[in-house]
Parts: sequence; structure tokens; C-alpha cells
Amino acid sequence: MAITEAHSREPFRLGMLLYDTRYRSITIQIIALIAVLTFFGWIVHNTVANLHALGKTFDFGFLGQRAGYDISQTLIPYTNDSTHGRAALVGILNTLLVAFLGCVTATIIGVFMGVLRLSSNWLIARLASVYVEMFRNVPVLLWILALMAIITDTLPAPSAFRGENASASMLFGDTVALTNRGAYVPWPIFGPGWQVVAGVFILSLIAILLFRRYAHARQEATGQALPVFWISLALFFLPALAADAVVGAVTLDVPTLQRFNFEGGGLIDKSLVALWFALALYTGAFIAEIVRGGIQAISRGQSEAAGALGLRPNRIMSLVILPQALRIIIPPLISQYLNLTKNSSLAIVVGYADVRATLGGITMNQTGRELECMLLMMGFYLLISLAISSLMNWYNSSIALKER
Amino acid sequence: MANQAMPFSRSEMLPPEPPPGSAVGVVGWLRANLFSSIGNSILTILALALIWLVLSHVWPWLAHAVWNADSYAQCRQIIADTWGPDAGGACLAVIRERWKQFMFGFYPIEAYWRPTLAFILMFVALAPILFSALPRKMLWFSLIFPGLAYWLLWGGSIFVPIVIYAGFAAGWLGFHLGARASAAFVAPLLAAVFALVWWFFIASPLINLLPDIGLMPVQSKQFGGFMLSVTIGVTGIAFSLPLGVLLALGRRSDLVFVKAICVGFIEFIRGVPLIALLLVASFLLNIFMPPGTNFDIILRVIIMVTLFSAAYMAEVIRGGLAALPRGQYEGADALGLNFWQATRLVIMPQALKISIPGIVNTFIGLFKDTTLVAIIGLLDPIGLITSIRANAAWNGMVWELYGFVAVLFFVCCFGMSKYSQYLERKLRTDHR
Repeated sequence: MAITEAHSREPFRLGMLLYDTRYRSITIQIIALIAVLTFFGWIVHNTVANLHALGKTFDFGFLGQRAGYDISQTLIPYTNDSTHGRAALVGILNTLLVAFLGCVTATIIGVFMGVLRLSSNWLIARLASVYVEMFRNVPVLLWILALMAIITDTLPAPSAFRGENASASMLFGDTVALTNRGAYVPWPIFGPGWQVVAGVFILSLIAILLFRRYAHARQEATGQALPVFWISLALFFLPALAADAVVGAVTLDVPTLQRFNFEGGGLIDKSLVALWFALALYTGAFIAEIVRGGIQAISRGQSEAAGALGLRPNRIMSLVILPQALRIIIPPLISQYLNLTKNSSLAIVVGYADVRATLGGITMNQTGRELECMLLMMGFYLLISLAISSLMNWYNSSIALKER
Repeated sequence: MANQAMPFSRSEMLPPEPPPGSAVGVVGWLRANLFSSIGNSILTILALALIWLVLSHVWPWLAHAVWNADSYAQCRQIIADTWGPDAGGACLAVIRERWKQFMFGFYPIEAYWRPTLAFILMFVALAPILFSALPRKMLWFSLIFPGLAYWLLWGGSIFVPIVIYAGFAAGWLGFHLGARASAAFVAPLLAAVFALVWWFFIASPLINLLPDIGLMPVQSKQFGGFMLSVTIGVTGIAFSLPLGVLLALGRRSDLVFVKAICVGFIEFIRGVPLIALLLVASFLLNIFMPPGTNFDIILRVIIMVTLFSAAYMAEVIRGGLAALPRGQYEGADALGLNFWQATRLVIMPQALKISIPGIVNTFIGLFKDTTLVAIIGLLDPIGLITSIRANAAWNGMVWELYGFVAVLFFVCCFGMSKYSQYLERKLRTDHR
């Protein structure tokens, strides 16, 4: 104590900026600050000089100009008369669409394969690890391109479905056709009165929530468990289907073969199919490893103790193992979702119009505004990733074990 | 008396009965692992059916492979002639014809020995780093390898790498001159000044003065194939690890501003896709540089790939640093070690050991990500596939080309992950 007192009373000398650890950190930080500011100043200076030399300005006015190119798959109305800004929006929505589809599918595949890898069946466990190693160790770009090539070159053309003994046939009772243009699938058509069906569906969602709360309270009070999953599943589908049967508002439009092509239904473009499944299979392999690791990390004592309490195996899984494993699984799972979203920027290689293909591709090439387009595009990806990581931090802190 | 039964008491243990025939040997293994229950038996049969389905397609396809043909049509003709009109077969002739392109891109044929030699020497340089049993003197070769590899790959005057290396010698000289001064900061400062003065003011005129003795120069646009992937991947790996360590230390630093810079950099890089950074490299980097600068495209890509994986590496190492018990830091402080000594001798060896799986995963990811350069027009294996598939002679090929490149990448990445598992086992010192 006395030493520090004496130390602090020492008058400040310039040399202390270098030799005294208390002041040295300030010196280092000031030097770092100056270096970084100089660096950015240098870059901005160069950029201004270069843009001036190229005769370019820095403004985002091009977003309001006519785009003039077509996009095959759009979620919102778009023609080539729309603006570049609208094209960018189409791209953003397409990115979000493939990211969402990919994440859902990858989770299903990953959880399934992760559980299979832990199977007591030797052959099944080996097959699952072959899947994991095969997809993890080969670049995702290769999978996207290969899947696209397989769809284009090995699936039948729509004309192959015609005739008495056609060489190809539709799946699932003549409702789905996989062709080399993409997948023709049944598509819902919302006729008049669809609001009734939608309302019933929303009501059934609320009913599921209330029922789960009731089942939980009942289990806490009496110890009796209801078959929550099956009842929820029935509540999810049955009321809406029944309402639709009465009103007849929402119908499925099934694709049928016409002279040259399939008519009706919806076409999921082959580029979307290839990208979606390549991303899902690739990320699924990583998720399988995360799921396996999470389940294995739960100590054996937990399942043995649960067994000693008299729980059945599936109850052990759902009540004891999974709640603990999820704590380990969820954070890396979300960073895999983030990776999938970023990997969806490879869409350009199969011609899927995501934000990188519209804003960072055709728009950039047409307008020659590389700097603005790149800034917007990176800003979009940064926004998504910051949103997802703050969500993850919130989740982490909410489930973290409260220790000490 | 005699027929009064003696109480029986066994004086030695009975030999154990052999287990039932159904529980040992092949049958026992099958019952335990494949047919333990009805559900498992059904799964086993389904799995066998799946394997049969795959093998029954792949095996004839490989068995009917054609190695000598000039085009895909000719391949199919040969297969139809030999194995009947319905038979399928691999047309591996394309691999045979384009093998050199897949390996070296458009590198001059008479100079193929140079990348090959650099590739072999790479293992010599890596050996002392990977295997600690080898003599430490081999590390000197690891140090000169980057310059040697650069010279072998790009050619040009031998004096370019030598003069650049001489800059390090100048720095070393400065350090020793400065070490005599009383103030401790003089030595590193002099070293930096000497080296920078050498590189910026002496190196370029000196290279022009020296005779142009060396190899035929090769331009970056002639690079391609697997050689390009390995060049970008290995350089990125070599530079991203030290950069990642620095970023991780910066992120955990008490210096608020340094920490802010590191966090900002890491989060920015991790938030955008690599392809966006590569587009920046190909479109924007020249705008950011002083007018007239013209960067080599491979160099630009390497810079971006390095920065990208350094950010991921930093996060992996930060995890390792966070996993170290606090006592290690306090112990190092108690020994009177300063920050860099503590980091070098106590913290980093343990933190790196913990993060090995993550580091190798980042390496594997980096190596796989080198394929993205195909999108900005470099001819890595995937870029070559696209151009081969566009060729009239090989139009319509799918499995052969993608399968071949997939196998190449699989071998490399799988090998790396197996090595990391070996390293993890070797370095595990806790006794659990």
C-alpha cells in the first residue's frame, strides 16, 4: 500500500509514457488510433482520387433508375421496367427465401443424421458418418454445381411425361413432377372466403398454445402426462382442413401436362431446387455433428438417473437429455444458419437471383457503381448477421446455467 | 459309515462355461450390432438395400470406364460397342486428357517441375512444424521456404526474394545495434526502421542493379487447377494463424481502443460472405489503393482469403484463451513475466492446444473456400470444370468431372481432419 502511494505521488515525466505500465497503455492506444485513422484517411483519399480520375460520383440515385433486366423467380411483382432498387429488394427476398428453406431442411436432415450416427446399429451409424464426411469435406460450391448439373442433365424433360408409355412419371399420385426445368408442385389458390380458413387456422394455433399450457399445469398438479404432441398436431391441421371442406375457399392447383409443358400448379425453378438442397445437405452434415456432440456431451449419469426414476426411453430423451443437449446445440446451430445464409451468396453460379446476383451482379455491371453496390450488399449481410448474433446472445444469456 | 454321505465341498473353481455360440464370434457381433431388435433388423436390411442400390449403379459405371477417347460421344460409342447399348460407363478419358490442366492450369508445360518441386519442398518445410521429433535446424528451411516457393512459382530473378529476405537481416542488424542503447524501445524501433528503409528505398534499385539471373517468369493468369487452390490455401493458412492470434489477443486486451478495432474487424469479416470480399478484391481494391497501383489478382485474392480466415481463427483462439483457467494468467504474472513473455511461454501453448480442432476446421474451411475464386474468373478446378463442360467435345458430362474434383478435395480435407484428431490425442495431457 505504502509503495503504491509513493509511486502515485511521483511527478509525471515524459518518459513514463513509455516505461510506466499505467501510462504505456495510453501511449499504445493513441498510436493505434493515429495509425488506424491514417489508414482510413489514406483509403478515402485514394478512393476520392480514383473515382475522380474515373469520372464517377458517389451517389445512390441509380437505385431509382429502370433496371431493364428480367428475373425468373420473384416473390413480389417485378418487371424489367422496375427500378434497380426493386430488383435489389427481389434479390434480398430471394436470399431470405432460400436461407429459410435451407435452414429448415438442413435442421431436419442434420438432426436425423446426428441421431442416426449414435444408433446402436453398426451399419446405420457407419452410413450416417459416410454422409457427414462426404458432405463436410467437399466444397459447397461443388455440391451446388453438381446438383444443378444432375437436375439439368439427368432429370427428364417435360415432354418425357407424355404418351402411353412415357419414360417418366409424376410422383405422389400424379401431383408432383420433377423435370429438368424444376419441380412442378401443387399450389394453393386462395378463392373468396379464404379469410375464414385463415382465421380458423390462427384460432387453432392459439388453441394449441392454450392446450399446452393446460397440459403442463395438469402434469404439474397430478403427474399425469397427456399426449401433447399428437393432440397439437391434430389441432394444427384438422380445424383448418374442416373449415376449408365447409367453405371450399382454398383449393390446390395440381400441375397437369399440356401440349408443351406442365400447366397449373407452381414451378419451383431448378436453380432454387439445386441451391436449396445443396445448401441443406452441406449444412446438414455440420448440424449432424453438432447434434451428435451435444447429445454425447450429456453425461451418462443423467440418462441412468432418469431410468432409475422409472422414465421410459423416449421420455428420458424428451424430458432429460434434449433440454440439456439443446443448451449445447443451439449456439453452434445458429452460427451454422448464419453460414448457410452467407453461402447462399453462391446462388449466382446456378443463376438464382439472390441479392448478390441482382444488386451485386447485374445491377453493378450495368450501372458501373461497384462501390455503392458493394456497400449496400455488405450492409445487408452485416445486418442479417448482427441481428442473428444478437438473437443468439440473448438466447445464450437466457438459458445459461445460473451459477454462483 | 461308508455310505453316510460326505458333505460335498468343491476344492477348486469350475472352469467357466464357453459363452453360447450366438453371443461370440461373427454371429455374436452380428446379433449385437445389426440385429439386436426387430426395428434394428429392419433398419439393417434397409441400409443393405441402399448400399446395394448405390453399388449396383456405381460399380458397373466404374468397371466400364473408358480411358482412351477424344470426346464424350466417342466414349459412349466405345461403351455401347463393348458392353451393349444400355450399359452406362464412366468416361474417364476426360480426366486423362485434362489431367495436366486440372493440376497446373495453363502453367507452361516445360516449367511443370517448378510447382511440383515447390509442392514437395512444402512437405519438407512443414515436417519440422508438424512433427516435433525432427531436428530443430530444419526450421531454418521452413523460414526460407516462402521466398523459395514464390521464386519457383512465379519465376523471375533469384535476387528478388533474396533482397527481400535481406530486409529481415537489416532489421536484425538494427535490433542488435539498438540493443546497446540504454532505452529498451530503441532496439525494436531501429529494427523496424532499418527493415522498412531497406524494403522501400534500397530493395527496388538494388534489384534493378543486380543481374537478372533466374527462372522464366510466369504470370498469374497462367496459374490454375489444383496448384492454384493449394497456393492460395497454403499461403492463407500460413498467414491467417499468426494474424488470428494477434486479433484474438487484441480482442481480449484491456486496451479499449485496440479491443474495439479488433472486435470491429472480426465482426465485419464474419458478417459478410467470402464472395463479397472476393468481389471487393477484384473490383474495389484498386480503387482503394493509390492511383496507378496494379495489384496482382492472385495476391489480392490471397490477401482477402487470409483476412477472412484470420477473423474466424481469432474466434477459435479466443475460445481457447477463454477456456484457460484464470490461475494460469495469475501464475504467469506471479512469476514476474511481462505480457509477451507470459503469452508466449504460458498462455499460447495451452490455448493453441485447446483450439486445435477449431484451427484445423478453419483450415479445412479455408481450403474449401479457395474454390470460390472460380466465381471471379480464376481457373481453379471448378472453374476448369465449367470451361470443360462448355467444350463441344465434353459437353454434358456430370459425374466424372465433379466426382474427380470432389475426390481430390475430399482426400485433402479428410486427411487434415484425421491429422487434427491424431494431434489432439497426442497432445492430450489431462488424465481423464
